[in-house]
Amino acid sequence: MTIPQFLAKPFWPRSFDGILSVWPWLALTTGLGIAMPVLFVAGNLFVPSTELWTHLAETVLAGYVVNSLWLMLGVSFGVTIGGVGTAWLVTMCRFPGSRLLEWAQLLPLAMPAYVVAYAYTWLLDYAGPLQSLIRTLFGWTSARDYWFFEIRSLGGAILVMSLVLYPYVYLLARSAFLEQSVCVLEASRTLGQSPWRAFWRVALPLARPSIAAGVALALMETLNDFGTVHYFAVDTFTTGIYRTWLGMGQPAAAGQLGAVLMLFILGLLLLERFSRGAARHHHTTGRYRNLPKVRLTPFPAFLALAFCGLAVLLGFLIPAGLLCVMAIGSYNTEISSEFIYFARNSLILALITGLLAVLLALILGYAQRLHPTKLIRTCLRLSALGYAIPGSVIAIGILVPLISLDKAISTALAQFFGIDLGGLVLTGSIGALIYAYCVRFLAISVQTVEASLSKVTPSLEAAARTLGLNAFKRLTKVHMPVIRGSLLTAGLLVFVDVMKELPATLIMRPFNFDTLATKVFMLASDERLAEAAFPALAIVAVGLLPVVLLSSAIAHSRPGEDS
Amino acid sequence: MSVKEGLLLENVVLGFGGRRVVDDVSLTVEPGELVCLLGPSGCGKTSTLRLAAGLEKPDKGLIFLNGRLVSGDGTHLPPESRHVGFLFQDYALFPHLNVLGNVAFGLDDLPARDRSRQALDKLEQVGMLSYADAWPHQLSGGQQQRVALARALAPNPSLMLLDEPFSGLDKRLRDLVRDETLHVLKSSRVSTLMVTHDPEEAMFMADRIAVMKEGRIVQCDTPVNLYSRPADPFVASFFGEVNSVEAKVRAGRIETCLGSFDARNFIDGAKVELLIRPEAVNVLPDPDGKAVVLASRLLGRTSLIHLKVENPGGTPVHLHARLASRLLPPENSRASLELDSSQIFLFPISSDA
Repeated sequence: MTIPQFLAKPFWPRSFDGILSVWPWLALTTGLGIAMPVLFVAGNLFVPSTELWTHLAETVLAGYVVNSLWLMLGVSFGVTIGGVGTAWLVTMCRFPGSRLLEWAQLLPLAMPAYVVAYAYTWLLDYAGPLQSLIRTLFGWTSARDYWFFEIRSLGGAILVMSLVLYPYVYLLARSAFLEQSVCVLEASRTLGQSPWRAFWRVALPLARPSIAAGVALALMETLNDFGTVHYFAVDTFTTGIYRTWLGMGQPAAAGQLGAVLMLFILGLLLLERFSRGAARHHHTTGRYRNLPKVRLTPFPAFLALAFCGLAVLLGFLIPAGLLCVMAIGSYNTEISSEFIYFARNSLILALITGLLAVLLALILGYAQRLHPTKLIRTCLRLSALGYAIPGSVIAIGILVPLISLDKAISTALAQFFGIDLGGLVLTGSIGALIYAYCVRFLAISVQTVEASLSKVTPSLEAAARTLGLNAFKRLTKVHMPVIRGSLLTAGLLVFVDVMKELPATLIMRPFNFDTLATKVFMLASDERLAEAAFPALAIVAVGLLPVVLLSSAIAHSRPGEDS
Repeated sequence: MSVKEGLLLENVVLGFGGRRVVDDVSLTVEPGELVCLLGPSGCGKTSTLRLAAGLEKPDKGLIFLNGRLVSGDGTHLPPESRHVGFLFQDYALFPHLNVLGNVAFGLDDLPARDRSRQALDKLEQVGMLSYADAWPHQLSGGQQQRVALARALAPNPSLMLLDEPFSGLDKRLRDLVRDETLHVLKSSRVSTLMVTHDPEEAMFMADRIAVMKEGRIVQCDTPVNLYSRPADPFVASFFGEVNSVEAKVRAGRIETCLGSFDARNFIDGAKVELLIRPEAVNVLPDPDGKAVVLASRLLGRTSLIHLKVENPGGTPVHLHARLASRLLPPENSRASLELDSSQIFLFPISSDA
């Protein structure tokens, strides 16, 4: 007989060793520590508005809102078309290259949006190779002689972000299509629907919650983006926060901008939560069989190949190729020696954060395991808050309180001990930056670890107890060895995200401390695009690691599929 | 070897969200004795086992292990300090350790050499020595069960707790493994508390059986006594199919269409239920008999006869008889019945039943 856990879920651990056990306390500390910056920024919603805020609201806020909304609208349109279209084609149809394209759709995930933006700008700019070629071919001499698509615009930002973010929708839509029982589709076929009509009337409505969740994820990434919109001079919240903070030196106003941005995110989170909740009711039969793929005739097959191929081409292959061309053209020894320095900084940050994130996730997951109470579940949810919050907002949530703390410390030290620290100690430290990364990315490792801990069945745990192991030994001798693969995955995912992270690093990095990402950003801002290509390629190469992981997971993900 | 003094539960109560899963249970397992907790699913038997292991903490009551208070009265010794062996329904072998690693898992306190020797000894005892280097996923269900048994026995626990240890095995393998497990436990002379929902299994394994229903122990006795002197209709019907006939006591006798019986302790006017085991009914061909054969079925070792018995002044009684004979009375023939009164049980009909 299984014990109904939901019947026994008190707030604080009721069990004998609950109060004495160290785990609930560790979980509580972690949860609160991770949630604090987010809650701090949210608190700005209730702060009375300053004069500057009124000024901002009157002048630029409307522009930020309008631009952000257009960006979100455009990106949702782009990622839906790209993600759903490719997912449907590769799961339901057979055409030349469909197997390869099934996992190749993930490649754009390796590309940070800002890197793609730089690559396309280099190609499509007035001075770029394409326009130069056209001018030479037709004998035009200036921009007034012809019309050409301006990549550095809102439209360009929408295009670039759609190209790198559509895999989110692809992943969720694809698994939704795969999870749909073939019976449902076949039933609709026997009721006289053509495959195309069956898609519109059955498959798409069934997958809609997953698609909405995928779009919500893509939009969170859109709102988080700083590099692209900054480079394209599209004023959104993230650029606004950056300018208000670093340009005007107004942390409070930046915090208030961040709070407004969080309202947007809240809307997206609700959308995502709502759509996932709805998804639960949709399985009426548990029978699965291999999907009978429709073999396409030559012309439709060509169209399918073109659509799926183009998505990968534009989202990954062309930008990656451009980066290679740029890197080769601009290579010199100075770059390579500098590169090692930045790469080392990035690696150290990513490595420490990856380890820390796994450790904290283990603490939270194991504490929940030992004491499944409301409090600890809340801690887990709190620790995941940061994933939805843009890096720039998290940076503010950490820096503002930290600066006050720093000032208080240095005043106190000067006053009581006569020690002059000569500046702020905590604020520009690597520790603060790693803290910010943990806030932003802990959700990834928590999710991975939590899911894998379910592999350790309650009776495995009980067996270890009856064989004489205490809580800590059970963790190290049973849980950790059993889930070691997932621990590695969790660490790797965080590692890669830290390598790519730009806005928080830019705001919080120590003085004169650059990572690959910030260096790419600085070089691009100085219009030294070609020189940025080499470090950008390194980021892309690291970003390919989780793509490989995901694609192998995808190969084994079909329920009922012979493996 | 450690001194084995068994397990004692006194008025133990365990509730989940207001529902008493274990309700005032008292139970002893004497040194070296094998006691089965028997009952339908959800009756609280597994919870009782988990209480003994320390995996659950009782709301009320006391639990003693080898004469030492381990639960209750403000004390709760966690499972890792109780020194009990637990055999799980799903065996719970550690997937990251091989067979030897699993069996040696609980022997942390020993030096490395003694540890592997003791583990190998236990593997030999369960006949799995040649699989020491194998991984759990390479083993069949029966082999996993044996490894799990060796793992639980390896630290020489004073008490073994078995949770439906054979339910994962198919019928033929189950009989074999059951037999081996019984011999291993008996040769280890370890006190054992085992949970099962299968009465035949309980009777096969147990010195004594505690029958549980809705969190309470209904009767705790030897298999023979449970079968021949069940304490209530639930116990009687749990150990085998029974025919049920209702009647009223008149002048110290119980008159039914099946015959007249002594009312034993029941007073006149009391409503009683007669439970008759099918084995207690003998069917004799008799053209003038009161019973009609509805169907005769050979079931293998025994045959089952469906009978309709005329009941003057009432509806006819449907009766099952189980015969060892393979010579079956033809359908629609008449027969007279002979009842073995030692297998007829009398129970009062309670007003709420």
